Amino acid sequence: MSGTERPAGGRRAEAGRRTGRPGGARRAATRTGQYTALLAYLLFLAFPFLWLVSTAFKPPRELGSLHPTWIPEAPTLENFRLAFEQQPLLAAAGNSLLAAAASALVAIALATPMAYILARYRGRLSRAATGWVVVSQAFPLVLVIIPLFLILKGLHLVDSRTGLIMVYVVWSLPFALWMLTGYVRAVPPELEEAAAVDGAGRVRTLVSVTAPLLAPGIAATALFAFVTAWNEFFFALVLLKSPEKQTLPVVLTHFIGTEGVADLGPLAAAALLATLPSLLVFAVIQRRITGGMLAGAVKS
Amino acid sequence: MRDGNEATAPGRWNRRGLLAAAAALPAAALLPGCSGERRRRSSGGRITLRFQSLAWQRDSLKANEQLVAEWNAHHPDIQVRYVQGAWATVHDQLLTSFEGGEAPDIIHDASDDLADFAYGGDLADLTALLPARLRQDIPRHSWETATFNGRVYGVPFLQEPRVLIANRAKLRRSGVRLPTPERPWTWEEFAEAARRLTRGSDYGVAWPLKEPVSATLNLALSTGGRLFHRRPDGKVEVRFDAVDQVVPRTIHDQVNVDRSASRTTLGMGGADTLPGFFAGRYAMVPLGFSYRQQIVQQAPEGFDWTVLPAPRGTSTAQGVSPQTLSIAEDCPHKEEAMAFIDFLLRPPNMVRLALGDWLLPTGQEALRDPALRVAKHDWATGTALAGSLRSAPAQSVRGYPEWKDKIATPGLQEYYSGAIGLAALRKRVVRDGNLVLARYQR
Repeated sequence: MSGTERPAGGRRAEAGRRTGRPGGARRAATRTGQYTALLAYLLFLAFPFLWLVSTAFKPPRELGSLHPTWIPEAPTLENFRLAFEQQPLLAAAGNSLLAAAASALVAIALATPMAYILARYRGRLSRAATGWVVVSQAFPLVLVIIPLFLILKGLHLVDSRTGLIMVYVVWSLPFALWMLTGYVRAVPPELEEAAAVDGAGRVRTLVSVTAPLLAPGIAATALFAFVTAWNEFFFALVLLKSPEKQTLPVVLTHFIGTEGVADLGPLAAAALLATLPSLLVFAVIQRRITGGMLAGAVKS
Repeated sequence: MRDGNEATAPGRWNRRGLLAAAAALPAAALLPGCSGERRRRSSGGRITLRFQSLAWQRDSLKANEQLVAEWNAHHPDIQVRYVQGAWATVHDQLLTSFEGGEAPDIIHDASDDLADFAYGGDLADLTALLPARLRQDIPRHSWETATFNGRVYGVPFLQEPRVLIANRAKLRRSGVRLPTPERPWTWEEFAEAARRLTRGSDYGVAWPLKEPVSATLNLALSTGGRLFHRRPDGKVEVRFDAVDQVVPRTIHDQVNVDRSASRTTLGMGGADTLPGFFAGRYAMVPLGFSYRQQIVQQAPEGFDWTVLPAPRGTSTAQGVSPQTLSIAEDCPHKEEAMAFIDFLLRPPNMVRLALGDWLLPTGQEALRDPALRVAKHDWATGTALAGSLRSAPAQSVRGYPEWKDKIATPGLQEYYSGAIGLAALRKRVVRDGNLVLARYQR
């Protein structure tokens, strides 16, 4: 480096001095702008949830106010009491939990070996399978529901939790497979080769080397499958007939009447309860998901 | 590394093994289901009927569940299972159920949703099943709402007139005549009252017209408007004659000419207008009779409101699409299902259902019940209107839902907001509308 050359930072600092705005101040301004934008975006995302929380604790008279407030003036738990009194929310939550957890577990159990095969053994078949996965995401629900209904009826699986779980597995499998394939590709094959050189067998390599590295990806994919099934409405509406088997999203519609009129307080209370499991699961495994998603995102 | 893996024999074996396992797992997941829960329609000679109800209000739910329990207690051989449905999803849910042959035995719905199911052969013809008591108790004009091709496909049991819910204090202050069911306002008097009730930023009326078609059509019946006319060859055509135009023009002029109606509420649902109504922003809101429950729950302490009859034209008639009870064509126990419907709609039970939903029963005997003739919450006003309720003009027309969604809803919304004139609306509703209907009548 010659004596006349200066580092880029130095040039920026000088430019900053010439314009009266030092580089540090510009960076700080940029950062402030970024944080402001981020905060605005978070508020935008959080608004419906915060409004839901607020509504769930409001008495009916505050719900009918022309000037609604964020914090209820006379907060009440009455909406929760009514929600539980009117609809079998606990049983419905249990059904949703069963369907979501079971379908996530089965989807992961199926998708993990499939993803491994697709990622590691690239050939005509794996390319075709990957293509099919992408195409399958384009099918609209209404196109598949009647044939699916007839197939399940033939198997005596209409109005059956098993049938619903199977549908959820099939529905979430392509995307789970797609996600997991990315995560598997992010694990360098050289690590498996090194393990083989050290004398580890195939199973030992998979269990001791590959599986731990895949864990964040598996957690993220399982969460995706869980949340998809937890929120799913249409299949549950159509396939489950018995009241004791209905899931939470279906039961929530029972608070809505003709012309869209709703029993707003109990509906908000029930909807708030319905969002909690997803939030809790996210909170518990948030770090793993973040790590897993980033790993899957950057590796082609 | 693919080549490296394939170079070893264990690698090849594992690949096959993995592929086999991947193929076997879906089949393994299928197996438990094959021996799983099966539909049990009857066991030990006992018949079990599924009754899908759309009751959603607290008292209505309670009434339905109590009635089912009462029936089950007295009929050990014919048990009814209460299944909760929802208004928002009932059409799609029934459609797939019928296609899959898994429909509930007894179906609660609205009469304007029955036409396609009736013509499609999904619903049982109840004509020969109806008990004489029920047939005589419900008036002919109510039966018309659920009659298609001369066959009855549902028992109409609850109905909802449109009324004007008004701020009584504002009405008194303005000095306008308070209309009664015996002497309702004419459409001209209503428009004049709305003008007198408009002060500063407060409007005389707020029309919640997010769904403008059924409100417009049903109210237009009072001026003789029908829009849908059946020709001698049985085909239906749309016309938009002078009698059809009175109600839409009144609403349009209130919003755009004399500004006695709020423009902002045109895109709202009924419940959305209530905060403004409670705050005194609007003196009157045309709503369904059942909205009284929301008002009772949400109105501020001391808020003085009343129910007024809808304005009259050449008559007091207005169109309704009552709630109905039908039986699925696939139901193997139709007589038993009808026996349950008959029980559910006995006059005292019909009264319980009506009170629970804040609606009017169709049964004449139920309508005479003192509980439905009290002044409290203006039950008496609504009951007095029951005789003027007629079958909604469009509900038996095939293709009506498409006409409504694609042609009439955007057309009326644009007309009411002032974006197009009456001639443009007429052209769309009639010319484009008839093209839509023609597809269904080939």
